Amino acid sequence: MTSSKAAAHPGPVPVVAPPGTETVRLAWASSLALPAATLLVAVLVLVAWQYLPPALGVPRFIIPTMTDMAAEMGRMWRQEDLLTHLLSTASMAAIGFVAGGILGAGCGYALGLSPLWEKVLSPYILALQIAPKVAFAPLFIMWFGYNAWPKLIVTVLVVFFPILVNVLQSMKTTDRDLVNLARAYSMTRAQIFWKVLFPASMPNLLAGLRIGATLAVIGVTVGELVGGSIGLGYLITYGEGQANTAMVFDAIVLLTVIGIALYWMVAAAEARILHYLPKVAG
Amino acid sequence: MNAAVSQSASPVELKPRPEAQAVPEPQTKATPALSFDGVTKRFANRTATPFTAVEGLSFDIAPGEFVSIVGPSGCGKSTVLNMTAGLDRPTEGRVALNGEAVTGPNVHVGFMLQKDLLLPWRSILRNVEFGLEARPIGKAERRERALRELARCRLQDFAHHYPFQLSGGMRQRAALARTLAIQPDVVLLDEPFSALDAQTKLLLQRSFARTIHASGVTTLLITHDLSEAVAMSDRILVMSERPGRIVEEMDLDLPHRDDPIARQALPRAREAIAHLFQSLHLAEREA
Repeated sequence: MTSSKAAAHPGPVPVVAPPGTETVRLAWASSLALPAATLLVAVLVLVAWQYLPPALGVPRFIIPTMTDMAAEMGRMWRQEDLLTHLLSTASMAAIGFVAGGILGAGCGYALGLSPLWEKVLSPYILALQIAPKVAFAPLFIMWFGYNAWPKLIVTVLVVFFPILVNVLQSMKTTDRDLVNLARAYSMTRAQIFWKVLFPASMPNLLAGLRIGATLAVIGVTVGELVGGSIGLGYLITYGEGQANTAMVFDAIVLLTVIGIALYWMVAAAEARILHYLPKVAG
Repeated sequence: MNAAVSQSASPVELKPRPEAQAVPEPQTKATPALSFDGVTKRFANRTATPFTAVEGLSFDIAPGEFVSIVGPSGCGKSTVLNMTAGLDRPTEGRVALNGEAVTGPNVHVGFMLQKDLLLPWRSILRNVEFGLEARPIGKAERRERALRELARCRLQDFAHHYPFQLSGGMRQRAALARTLAIQPDVVLLDEPFSALDAQTKLLLQRSFARTIHASGVTTLLITHDLSEAVAMSDRILVMSERPGRIVEEMDLDLPHRDDPIARQALPRAREAIAHLFQSLHLAEREA
């Protein structure tokens, strides 16, 4: 119960506890003390946010108070069709994440199975990986127009590479003796892939998906900021044009919530899939 | 150009080096379970000159026999194993299982390494089934065979555990169950005990000796541990440094093949170890 309350107030630092990391410290903290401490930090930050800027004489159009933001959130809900924007951004992030994940993983496995192509293509992969993908957004708008495609493509690109690189890494580092064992059992290449290489890549794939989940929101946001008429990124530029700081803050908060939701879904899947690893299970 | 020679039936003609003649030619009775005939393996190296891992290896292992190969590190012991498993081909000579030349991975050989190579995402039972999944047998039979091997290795209570929940010794027993589940004619053990602590090692050696004795499977153990070789095998082949050749063959003829702990207590076992120690020139060598 307490932990779900803590989750409702995401601060700038995600309060997501990666599974397993806190087990060592649980010696002093009973199961309730830790979530209570996390909740306390959230309350302190929110209270400071509410009272500190006015006390220091910072005007509300620079840093809006919590109550301003709550009021603005209500106004956006009623007058700016907030739900449509929220759902648009969330669905774009989710679709881009899934598409980028499938493409990235697919290419990672394909390159992992063909070392020759991996060697031929690796400099280009590196170059594309380093190139700032969000900078392509204006280009995609010129090519595809002011619709959903540019932001979707940016999101797919942003998600694609960390997953590709992680999967490829796993394919290259899987224990050769495991592969030899499968070969000695006269398994076919397809059997070796599905019974050894693919399951062995799960930890890396999920690590890639975790990174991808956080990047997906960035991709969508940039796409919406650059050219869009819908979505939370659009609300940010709109709020900026009206000097409505509270609106910008609210949109940022909601974007963070979408990112955390995506991340949690991956983390939950990971906990289920990687149950056989002592760290995650314990 | 050696192709014609390696097809020849007589192993004596194949001897590439006169010193290999020192090895006593085994007089084969029935078809040996495993035989090496003048086997040489050279590795072509892109950067350096090609090196010879093993040279002129000839030996036979009778069905049901337990043979150990000992030798210094880098003497090509693992090359012998890979060629038997069909993962590597000999450059010269012939490796045969039950009289048939080994041309690739085949169903007659099961192998086990120092690493248990259990798949961490599979339960112990599913790990034992792993080797059977390339065979055309039904699910029910596969499960039945896996359970039977688990019982033989005294792991039936851990069938649904995952590898990380088992101790190192239990994991190696599970690996042995997986190896025996495919009902191989020959089992290759490559240093299977060397990653374990001294006590676990003794207990596991006994456990393996019992299981292997009960199953009657032909076994080739590769080890650098001389007392382990003496405690477990019927016969020991001593290999030289690279290029690996067989420099000595030792028939043990000791009782208690199914109980290495009892065998190690025998005075004759100690003599055998001392003899091996000498033949490897360990006293004069430095690390």
